[in-house]
Amino acid sequence: MTGKPPASPGLYIHIPFCLTRCGYCDFFSCTDTGSMGDFLQALFQEMALWHDEFPPFDTVYIGGGTPSLLCPGDMGRLLDRAREVFGILPGAEITVEANPADWGRNELRELRSLGVTRINLGVQSFDDRELEFLGRRHDSAQALAALSSARSAGFDSVGLDLIYGLPGQGFASWRASLEQALAFGPEHLSCYELELKGDTPLGLKFGKGEIEGRSEEDLREFFLKTSELAEGAGYLHYEVSNYAREPGTTSRHNRKYWDHTPYLGLGPSAHSFRGARRWWNHGSIEGYLGSLRAGEKPVRGSEDLSAAQLAFEALFLGLRMKEGIDLEEYRLRYGVDLLWEKGPQIRDREEAGLVRVISGRLCPTREGMAVADALAVL
Amino acid sequence: MKDIRNFSIIAHIDHGKSTLADRLIMKTGGCDTRNYKDQMLDNMDIERERGITIKSQAITLPYKAKDGKTYSLNLIDTPGHVDFSYEVSRSLASCEGVLLLIDAAQGVQAQTLANLYLAMEHNLEVIPVINKIDLPSADIERVIEQIDSELGLDPDTHLRCSAKEGTGIEDILEAVVERIPPPTGDPDARLAALIFDAHYDAYRGTVINCRVFDGTVKAGDSIRFMFNGSVYRVEEVGHFGLSRQKRDELSAGEVGYVIAGVKTVSSVSIGDTITNNDRPVDNPLPGFKEAKPVVFASIYPIASDDYEDLAEAMEKYKLNDAAFIYEKDSSVALGQGFRCGFLGLLHLDIVQERLEREYDLNIILSVPSVRYRFTLKGGEVIYVDNPAHYPGPMAIDKGEEPYIRASMMMPDRYLGAVMTLCIEKRGVNSNMHYPGPGRVELTYEMPLSEVIFDFYDRFKSVTQGYGSFDYELIDYRESNLVLLDILVNGEKVDALSQIVHRDRARARGVQACDRLREEIPRQMYKIAIQGAIGGEIISRSTISPFRKDVTAKCYGGDITRKRKLLEKQKEGKKRMKMVGSVSIPQSAFLAVLKSDTNS
Repeated sequence: MTGKPPASPGLYIHIPFCLTRCGYCDFFSCTDTGSMGDFLQALFQEMALWHDEFPPFDTVYIGGGTPSLLCPGDMGRLLDRAREVFGILPGAEITVEANPADWGRNELRELRSLGVTRINLGVQSFDDRELEFLGRRHDSAQALAALSSARSAGFDSVGLDLIYGLPGQGFASWRASLEQALAFGPEHLSCYELELKGDTPLGLKFGKGEIEGRSEEDLREFFLKTSELAEGAGYLHYEVSNYAREPGTTSRHNRKYWDHTPYLGLGPSAHSFRGARRWWNHGSIEGYLGSLRAGEKPVRGSEDLSAAQLAFEALFLGLRMKEGIDLEEYRLRYGVDLLWEKGPQIRDREEAGLVRVISGRLCPTREGMAVADALAVL
Repeated sequence: MKDIRNFSIIAHIDHGKSTLADRLIMKTGGCDTRNYKDQMLDNMDIERERGITIKSQAITLPYKAKDGKTYSLNLIDTPGHVDFSYEVSRSLASCEGVLLLIDAAQGVQAQTLANLYLAMEHNLEVIPVINKIDLPSADIERVIEQIDSELGLDPDTHLRCSAKEGTGIEDILEAVVERIPPPTGDPDARLAALIFDAHYDAYRGTVINCRVFDGTVKAGDSIRFMFNGSVYRVEEVGHFGLSRQKRDELSAGEVGYVIAGVKTVSSVSIGDTITNNDRPVDNPLPGFKEAKPVVFASIYPIASDDYEDLAEAMEKYKLNDAAFIYEKDSSVALGQGFRCGFLGLLHLDIVQERLEREYDLNIILSVPSVRYRFTLKGGEVIYVDNPAHYPGPMAIDKGEEPYIRASMMMPDRYLGAVMTLCIEKRGVNSNMHYPGPGRVELTYEMPLSEVIFDFYDRFKSVTQGYGSFDYELIDYRESNLVLLDILVNGEKVDALSQIVHRDRARARGVQACDRLREEIPRQMYKIAIQGAIGGEIISRSTISPFRKDVTAKCYGGDITRKRKLLEKQKEGKKRMKMVGSVSIPQSAFLAVLKSDTNS
């Protein structure tokens, strides 16, 4: 977790299919799974268009949507093709997201044999009523079964996602889910706050006043207590929403998003970054397939970041991570001496117990992480 | 001279003055429909948006009357807000008659009366005109009754129109010709012309609007402004159409403009008399008053780097607003800025908006104040309009504050609530009379500071919009004055200080703390706001910090969206002034004067 960021790029593949849409989700997905076969062909075509433009990857992340709607055979074909076209380095971290309802032990074993190293299960809660509220199509029994299947299938890196801050959710209920998760001992744990955003099904209900959001005070309680509990259980709260059982079990792939390491995103709505340029694919399947049919990269937009924008991103992303920002490295890479330019503001925040400057690094405290956005707007 | 009519339209705000002016212009062919912009005479963006006239305007309308003769009708528009009543009086002094416009639905209001009194003071012919007769809620019979009983005018003389629909306009023009007397005066006498407005033209300098009472003025004449004694050579004279129309001369009875190489509008005083320097009159025309600002506040740039730009903008702005005064000022909390004087809170609002809009500046205004008078222990008398210069209780022998006479008109069911409000605002010597059934006119003498402090909003709210209000300054009266300081996280913010009456200090302190709590956005740490007199804390409130503002996911590589969101926040922060470690938004400084409108 220290020193120079890894130089090898990451590969993200977006599988935009879901059987149902979850109440909180605003990631791009499509509930019509009929065109899955065509979609795989399109992904292969997109890979071909990027052939030679990226060196071999050392992390691959297959997310969605619901990648576990693919059968292991298809997943294998996808990984084989990526290996052929770009190369995947030995020892690479290869993560696949899965819904606990989808794959049984046999499928998981097959995935493991295909070279998948991490499985990340969208558990969200161990309370069946909460799962129903969130619009998940699995229950807590399936979640427990999926976790133990992953283990017995040979995955020594299992992650799971949980969501807190549901309307009416008591802290006891959240604590029960969290403790259940910790008891399983996953290598990685993500705890997200439920966001009631405009265009999600729950966001729309919230907008119409049918459900009530949680107060900032409550959400802060959830956030801080989660951190205390997880760290009490030996986990490392290494990013605002992410915990690792050991320093070596953080998500290497996600880290690339946060420290300006190049990544290539394939599939609808996927984002890519290299140098000072970020670009993103068409969000709709039609737009995405249309471009590919015309033999073009399905890129919908791009931006070239100015030095100031890069520096600002590195600041707000760095302040989301416990390890914070290496001030000297930041100065060399972004040309900004933070202590020199923002000294008084940093000192104020230090006095308020929101950041610390330790051995040349500017790091958020736990309280600081709770207000990381404001920290960055110095 | 027999073919000239000089007149104004006077009305309560929103009774349709500008719309009627537009109709008269269209009807007389001053402007064809194709070029017609709503409310021709209100030609500033702000005037158009707010629907009020800020500056007087004049236009000459050629009108062929039914008697077959063509008349020059000089329409002099007047500002429509209590802050500008002196300008109104100078415009009226330039006329022989007025159209008194009354909204058919709302009937007679406070400014209707105040304007009528002004017209009567100048012995003007008054033609009552009932406007908005097309409204479903129009109650013409009631208005006719009010014209008789409340205005004391002959109800049979009234006219009816709908300026919006263009009905009744012909009758109005005929009445102007028939009923308003032509001007009198001697073109061969010594020159006496009344200045009723001036504005700045980037190419020609100051354009002076005037009414010639006696004598003649033409290009090449040497003229003198009688109040300040300055002398200029006339470059051009003319009439106002929709643009300036050059003439050889302006003579007795006429209304028009004079351009004489006057560099700034502030070199010209509204109400001053222009005479011929070689053949001057002995006495100026009556009624001149210096426009005196009554409300004061400091203006600071939000970014101190913008100080030079602000200085330049103030200089340019001042060219066209003689009533606005300013001088350099500095604040411990806010840095370098300017102390400014305004005719009232509306004027202040307008200046702020124009500086921001026309000069693209982000500025902060300190809490507005009136001008207090202190007699010091040594007998010296000083005027203090900036709380930063409050002399301190030990040095003061006597404090005095300006008083106004407020006149208010409302349906009598609101009388109790309005009286309660006036008493709360330290009103004294009330007087009331019933100009008509169900309606009451109430006058109170009140400290001006109480009126700028949130009076008007609350008055409108307790009368549910049916009350109308007007005021005039009367005198200074003794008052027990103390300085109320506001501390933000223990640090005194001098721009938030106010001089207040001792009995009101605690309430004001509580109010200021409450309002600031609403206006200052939550920040990363707890913010304590305190009100203090001398060293004593009299009120406090706290703003709790944000508890959690971080979004859960920064995921899937879409960092762009997140960055844009935070960039927006950064941009918003630029609109706030850092005081110590606390960002205070622009709105907070004015909000201190406002009470909670829900109460």
